[in-house]
Amino acid sequence: MSPKQTPSQTVGPYFAYGLTPEQYGYDHTSIAGPALVHGEIEGERIALTGRVLDAEGQPVDDAMIEIWQADANGRYAHPAGARGSNADFAGFGRAGTGCDAENRFVFETIKPGAIGDGQAPHINVVVFARGLLSHLFTRAYFADETSANAADPVLQTVEEARRGTLIAERRQTATGPQYHFDIHLGGVRETVFFDV
Amino acid sequence: MSKHHVRQRDWQSHPPYTHPPYKSTMLRGPSKPLVPIAQTLSELTGPVFGHECVAELDSDLTKNGAKNGEPLGERIVVTGRVLDEDGRPVRNTLIEVWQANAAGRYIHKVDQHAAPLDPNFFGGGRCVADDDGRYRFYSVKPGAYPWGNHHNAWRPNHIHFSLFGPCLATRLVTQMYFPGDPLLDLDPIYQSVPKGARERLVSTFSIDATEPGFALGYVFDIVLRGGAATPMET
Ligand SMILES: [Fe+3]
Repeated sequence: MSPKQTPSQTVGPYFAYGLTPEQYGYDHTSIAGPALVHGEIEGERIALTGRVLDAEGQPVDDAMIEIWQADANGRYAHPAGARGSNADFAGFGRAGTGCDAENRFVFETIKPGAIGDGQAPHINVVVFARGLLSHLFTRAYFADETSANAADPVLQTVEEARRGTLIAERRQTATGPQYHFDIHLGGVRETVFFDV
Repeated sequence: MSKHHVRQRDWQSHPPYTHPPYKSTMLRGPSKPLVPIAQTLSELTGPVFGHECVAELDSDLTKNGAKNGEPLGERIVVTGRVLDEDGRPVRNTLIEVWQANAAGRYIHKVDQHAAPLDPNFFGGGRCVADDDGRYRFYSVKPGAYPWGNHHNAWRPNHIHFSLFGPCLATRLVTQMYFPGDPLLDLDPIYQSVPKGARERLVSTFSIDATEPGFALGYVFDIVLRGGAATPMET
């Protein structure tokens, strides 16, 4: 008999010193943090920000967000990436929502390119929190990629009324372009989460 | 490479997003069904973390927080294999762990449980599975701790685990429990997992894994979604 999947459990309220120690000021190294860009990397520098909100619209201060994205040329840093990988850009970030006055996550990254299979540029987002027994997969698309988004096969599978929950708005700030992506765990604006 | 597909999440094995006895799921678990999508390169790739992420003491929680002595508690060694659903080892994959100290207190700033902190115990670490999928770390047995979910609620002894596996779709965060813990029957987080699957979260005591005169051995095998191309095979 083949082995069965190990069940998921919540990350709980105390992940910070284990998974995001540097961000929260614990004396241990982190494997990844909110800054994905170190040194010179090709591509447009952006911030990806947002909050995690519960079904009553209250910001969640103990969520952890992970992002996984391609580089500016649409290459994932993984051997299965069809175009080869970019060793200079890992494309993975991790941030807790407990370090910001507004409980935002703030990633410093670059805008990914299209990966070349017809999908619009996007950042893969994984949500963990106390009260979430299994993690959630969603995606942040870019509001200024109107024509690519219109042709994106994943967005097309989502009912039109809910597609907007997957689009990050572009804002110009003093420190550069920022895409804002609030994640609603419930309520009328509940974000689309994927069974991948 | 891009035509590999990973088997679906097995919802007979995983807990539902809302489980009323675990109160905070009610406002945090989504109420709409997940939207199924075809797997693309975005899900079939993922961060590659291996041996370079693990420093010498990372896999020894009895030493990585030591300031002036040994941590208090029963020393344990936790070992097992990371496998996929075909029984193949998931090689060289990073495992991150965190836990309370022997008194049931986390070092986390918001843990206000009035049990003592241990100046010689941090409680976080990581290790990497080897070519056979086998991992191992040393620690002390974590204590039970109270939480606010309901009157007289106590979490059973547990260690938190975080694994990546070969790609984003195989990501898993879970908790390992200890055999014979009377709190398991009363814990809504453990009980949220369907019967028949939750038992996979309970480690087994092993005299073979036990190190004479040093540490009690517990075995915990972890099974990730199958079908993924592992980076080692490319
Ligand atoms: Fe815990």
